[in-house]
Amino acid sequence: MENVVIRFSGDSGDGMQLTGTQFSNTSAIMGNDISTFPDFPAEIRAPQGTIAGVSGFQVHFGSGEINTPGDEPDVLVAMNPAALKSNLSQLKKGGTIIANTDAFTEENFKKCGYPGDPLGTPELEQYKIIKAKITTQTLEALKDVALDSKGKGRCKNFYALGMTYFMFGRDPETTIKWIKEKFGKNQLLVDANVTALKAGINFAETIEEIISPFKIPPAKIAPGKYRQINGNTATALGFIQATQAAGIKLFLGSYPITPASDILHELSKHKNFGVTTFQAEDEIAAICSAIGASFAGGLGITTSSGPGIALKGEAMGLAVMYEVPLVVVNVQRGGPSTGLPTKTEQSDLYQAVYGRNGECPMIVIAASRPSDCFHMAFEASRLALEMMTPVMLLSDGYIANGAEPWEIPDLKKDYLKIKTRFVDPLHPPKGDEKYLPYKRNELLVRPWAIPGTKGFEHRIGGLEKEDETGNVSYDPINHEKMVNIRAQKVANTAEIIPQQEVFGDSTGEVLVISWGGTYGSTYMAVKKLREEGKKVSLMHLRYINPMPKNVGEIIKGFKKVIVCELNKGQMKTIINANFKCNAKGYNKVQGLPFKISELVQAIGAEL
Amino acid sequence: MSENPVYAKKDFVPDQEVKWCPGCGDYAILSSVQMAMTKIGKTKEEICFISGIGCSSRFPYYMNTYGMHTIHGRAPAFATGLKLTNPKLAVWIVTGDGDGLSIGGNHLIHLLRRNPDVNVILFNNEIYGLTKGQYSPTSRPGLVTKSSPFGAVDRPFSIASLAMGAGSTFFARTIDTDPKHMIEVFQAASEHKGTSMIEVFQNCIIFNDKVHDEITNRANRDDTTLRLEHGKPMIFGKEKNMGIRLNGHSPEVVKIGENGITEKDLIVHDEASVFLGHLLGAMERPDFPVPLGVIKKVTAPTFDDGIIDQIKMVKEKKGPGNMEKLLNSGDTWEVK
Repeated sequence: MENVVIRFSGDSGDGMQLTGTQFSNTSAIMGNDISTFPDFPAEIRAPQGTIAGVSGFQVHFGSGEINTPGDEPDVLVAMNPAALKSNLSQLKKGGTIIANTDAFTEENFKKCGYPGDPLGTPELEQYKIIKAKITTQTLEALKDVALDSKGKGRCKNFYALGMTYFMFGRDPETTIKWIKEKFGKNQLLVDANVTALKAGINFAETIEEIISPFKIPPAKIAPGKYRQINGNTATALGFIQATQAAGIKLFLGSYPITPASDILHELSKHKNFGVTTFQAEDEIAAICSAIGASFAGGLGITTSSGPGIALKGEAMGLAVMYEVPLVVVNVQRGGPSTGLPTKTEQSDLYQAVYGRNGECPMIVIAASRPSDCFHMAFEASRLALEMMTPVMLLSDGYIANGAEPWEIPDLKKDYLKIKTRFVDPLHPPKGDEKYLPYKRNELLVRPWAIPGTKGFEHRIGGLEKEDETGNVSYDPINHEKMVNIRAQKVANTAEIIPQQEVFGDSTGEVLVISWGGTYGSTYMAVKKLREEGKKVSLMHLRYINPMPKNVGEIIKGFKKVIVCELNKGQMKTIINANFKCNAKGYNKVQGLPFKISELVQAIGAEL
Repeated sequence: MSENPVYAKKDFVPDQEVKWCPGCGDYAILSSVQMAMTKIGKTKEEICFISGIGCSSRFPYYMNTYGMHTIHGRAPAFATGLKLTNPKLAVWIVTGDGDGLSIGGNHLIHLLRRNPDVNVILFNNEIYGLTKGQYSPTSRPGLVTKSSPFGAVDRPFSIASLAMGAGSTFFARTIDTDPKHMIEVFQAASEHKGTSMIEVFQNCIIFNDKVHDEITNRANRDDTTLRLEHGKPMIFGKEKNMGIRLNGHSPEVVKIGENGITEKDLIVHDEASVFLGHLLGAMERPDFPVPLGVIKKVTAPTFDDGIIDQIKMVKEKKGPGNMEKLLNSGDTWEVK
């Protein structure tokens, strides 16, 4: 077995996120390639034992190349019947189920709608079932620890983790070290959790014949120093690095919203970088405060998800009109309206590209995987500062919460300097000369004079402005001229972004186009088809508006174009409008990411 | 800035044509603000005017300082981001009763609650002017407008009571017909550390003319307004013989010399009293004269200081940020 997918699943209070994180950290440190994805309900603590309360964490690890958290689990750890019921349909046929039989009670069967004990029914015949009394054995193992039984019961996730550690030959030392750091002050908790972990390992060893352990050797990974990172953390760190590279203050105006709040949380931790985080009274105040910060000479950033972005529309238009740097992050989730807050989707593309009143173009870019969020957050900041205009950075719930190993970048080489457009404060306009806030350079970018700079006093507003002076103007010809200038300026961004790359040959039968967070799946699917000798290539877009200058050329090299995206075909429409290539779409709107297998099938059908 | 800049009013007049209706109260306010700016000890480049949408919100275009004309109701949010990014700036928010209390009501109360060191001038003309005459959240019940042809049914806000409830640390009132008083109030606002909120009774000559006539016309303004002075008893009236006394929990209007009432029986104004602020905020026509001047001025920590101090504290505790170090912290591993 090269790669394995394991899913830990239980009640939201069972500690499954922690268990999964420990498993993935251990596997990464043991040299495996990994990718993880947490899957938790929108409710914080739904009733215990119900389907609504099931919380899961999936880890894909192995010795081969891994780019997604995996299509189907090979192993399911089910802490109760609800966890079994809600995950069974996704489990690989012939897969293994580790069931905590202590929780398989009549009461719990009723809560999740099983007529009786599902274990041993024909429905489960095709799976290998390992029964374990995880709760009672944890209590038994901890009988000499001076904790109450509730506290002891809480350690059962480490018992389950121990079983999987034996099953896949995981070294428990990383987790033991973590337990010691986490509960360092409370020796009782350290002892209890370490004992439970070891008890789980020992139990699995005694039933070795049933469990039949696997060996997963390290993956071939490029040499270097690695850490794990999820998309939201990477986004936050990318912004900090960008403002350091530009030598300006980072100001985040944000309002809590799933699944974007973790960017606010992360940035709030790093005040020692001079970061200002402002939890505003609403989404509108969040973006407006960020624009105020940009007028003052900082980099204003606001982070949200679809419904919040809708509220920010008017203010984004103002930033387009002002021509100030601003980064707006949309961590997309299922929509419309409140939709599916904890699920992933790519259905806010139209909103990003078109969703404002008036002729209101914005630069739009999208991160392709969890670790790419660092780079694209840096890029969003760079483009906003170099082009003096707002930039929308698209992420999604899948890559925001998903984690993977990341080779720690060489900051001095790749992330050192960002140009800003500040005026020279030592050379203010002289005599009758007036500062012209909207006089432009060759890319049509205006200068940046910030309050406090003597001799550059000026006013900016949302009313149409006269070319160069920025004075209010209702002149019809001037209006059209300004609309064109703003559009051309955004189009000029193509001059300072990298050329589009293609995975595979530059000509062929089918070109698969994907964008944003689906990269892992589309790349693996195209790779698999190419290994089968199919003439298929992948063009994965990260720069969406404007697109790199060579996109049209690339499309011309293929007979068919298929756009795979988690919406009803928004990128397909944009591609067809711009390149008239009669692209087809492969679409899914279930709040779930693509499976590699479904893409292989859909793309394969076109070949 | 250490040096005290010397300015004349004209230094704050830009080359742009002012486009309010002839006779609008805004002209007098603009002129008084320009005058006040020569007296606040800030350089021109350190001053920033920020407005939302509405007649009053054209204000930044008419000030030769830095300025932002933003979107409807949101000026307090822009001002907060600006102030936190450059705390040295003197930030002046200009808004109206529609902009500040209707579409922007949420931002205004949160601004007052957080108390950043900024100033708010709210022009209250009890009407929407720029959208051509609809009733506003301060319009009086029964007001006939285009959108209320049978009279407005809404109850209005008391701006003072709203500000007190939101925890305003400085609240003052003035009138567009009294430049001297306006300049004094603007100066006092500038001196206050924290959010200074000023309500200016302003006349809209087109859609709500003479709405403040009862408190502005020469014939009865002395009887209908109460000019507050810190530490002085609350006396008003043409003859300076009327006063405000506390009767149980409530204020009442009394005549000095009648029923043995002397100045000593009257409430002495104390800007620093939170309770007096609520009481004065609740005093309305026709039962009471309208209190003018600085109603409340209390000391409280400012939001900008709080944010800056916290950044300083974390820097001292954790040392200045180092991204290289941050990325290499926690669980990392080497692949050879």
